[in-house]
Amino acid sequence: MSTLNTRIEEKLYQNRYVVDAGKPHIKVKEHDVPSEALKSLVTTCPSNCYSLNEQGKVEIVPDGCMECGTCRVVCAETGEVEWNYPRGGYGVLFKFG
Amino acid sequence: MTTVQEHFDAIVVGAGPAGNAAAYTMAKAGLNVLQLERGEYPGSKNVQGAILYADALEKIIPDFREDAPLERHVIEQRVWMMDDTSHTGMHYRSEDFNEEKPNRYTIIRAQFDRWFSSKVREAGAIVLCETTVTELVKDTKGAVIGVLTDRQGGPLLADVVVLAEGVNGLIGQRAGLRDELKAGDVALAVKEMHFMPQEVVESRFNLSGDAGVVIEAMGTVTKGMTGTAFLYTNRESVSIGIGCMVGDLAKSGITPYALLDSFKQHPSIAPLIAGSEVKEYVGHLIPEGGYKAMPAIYGAGWVVAGDAAHLVNSVHREGSNLAMTSGRIAAETIVWLKRRREPCTAANLAEYRKRLEDSFVLKDMRKYQRIPALLHGNRQLLDLYPRMMSGIAQTWLRVDGKAKKAKEAEIFKTVRKQRGLAGLVADGLRFARAWR
Repeated sequence: MSTLNTRIEEKLYQNRYVVDAGKPHIKVKEHDVPSEALKSLVTTCPSNCYSLNEQGKVEIVPDGCMECGTCRVVCAETGEVEWNYPRGGYGVLFKFG
Repeated sequence: MTTVQEHFDAIVVGAGPAGNAAAYTMAKAGLNVLQLERGEYPGSKNVQGAILYADALEKIIPDFREDAPLERHVIEQRVWMMDDTSHTGMHYRSEDFNEEKPNRYTIIRAQFDRWFSSKVREAGAIVLCETTVTELVKDTKGAVIGVLTDRQGGPLLADVVVLAEGVNGLIGQRAGLRDELKAGDVALAVKEMHFMPQEVVESRFNLSGDAGVVIEAMGTVTKGMTGTAFLYTNRESVSIGIGCMVGDLAKSGITPYALLDSFKQHPSIAPLIAGSEVKEYVGHLIPEGGYKAMPAIYGAGWVVAGDAAHLVNSVHREGSNLAMTSGRIAAETIVWLKRRREPCTAANLAEYRKRLEDSFVLKDMRKYQRIPALLHGNRQLLDLYPRMMSGIAQTWLRVDGKAKKAKEAEIFKTVRKQRGLAGLVADGLRFARAWR
């Protein structure tokens, strides 16, 4: 698993971001036990923003987010993911797209 | 900002192919147009493979070839059915595609969208970047009359709002104009840009000048999930990507980047990108639900175009042309209403839907409306068949002292075992029914 994580970090390193410090555009709602849908984001998110912490809860650090919307769609029914666009001008900046 | 109090003929949300086509068409016709884009520059949030279909753009900007940033015109299409070690391919390459006005080009979207947006500005529209639309403003009867943004100031008002907000169409969704996307109706695609010297691209794909090759691939590369992969040649880079239905991915436990890396390592692909330098990794959703997943595309004071309207032809891998065409037709409808001094009511904007029905856009969407469900319920089409084809080809091609008759018998036995004759016939019928 660690080799995969290394690789995704290398991939994201090539991308440009303007991080809106202190204003994450995606939040995971407070939960005791994550749903299967929420847990699946640990692997499904293409930017590897989601992880499982020691308490078995799902956390997000959206700094590498490419704003694809996958997590919002996967958790649409459970409502565990709060998803907004970053403020204008912030977030990912594709050089090639 | 002095424009805040102004009332516009139209506000366009988004500066992708649909939004640019709409804004350009309306501005060119003399309408007072405001276009809002959340990215730092048009294209900075946009992702595509990417292939540009000349016909759709020619109908908007006939002489686009003079200054648009184009990569290569496509002279060869490869369709590959892949198993773990092989590919069975259908290639079509023709000198006829080296024509004065080529039909398809590879492009790099961030560059292309910036160019398209410069044309929108030249046509007279006001393009405001770094501005995220937060919600639609409605009057007491529920008609859309403008938008709110994350910039300071009051609402921006217009006779009509063109929602070209892309696949993640939060604005329309939150205003109740359409439902949230379903995991079974969207694919997540990830892509990398691999740079290498122009001569290397040309020698690896047997190209010269601006000619290019595109590969569409399917098979075991998507690990049993419904999806496709691709490799497109640009001038001095190669775009390589893979996409799968989000519902399949979430169930699989496979990461999108591992899937992409595995595709890159396939023996048929690896030599094509060897020694390249990766300069970007992107991810994006593709609306793949087809006609049946389409939302309402017009209402009182609003129309939707492009990915936000779920306009993607998943069989032919077309989307940007449907986006440009729907944006153009929406704009032409609005211009037509303006000239007749008719308001943008739902009843009047129904003309947009009617015109779209008469175009290839909805004709093609209708034609393939049964395909998404077919693929959803028959994943073997993408997994078993490529394996079977590969097995057949190997049995047939290996010269190993076995008599040809015995080889034929072996092939039939394998096919019977893997799918059965009844299964083959049923798959063929199902496919034919969905296709017609």
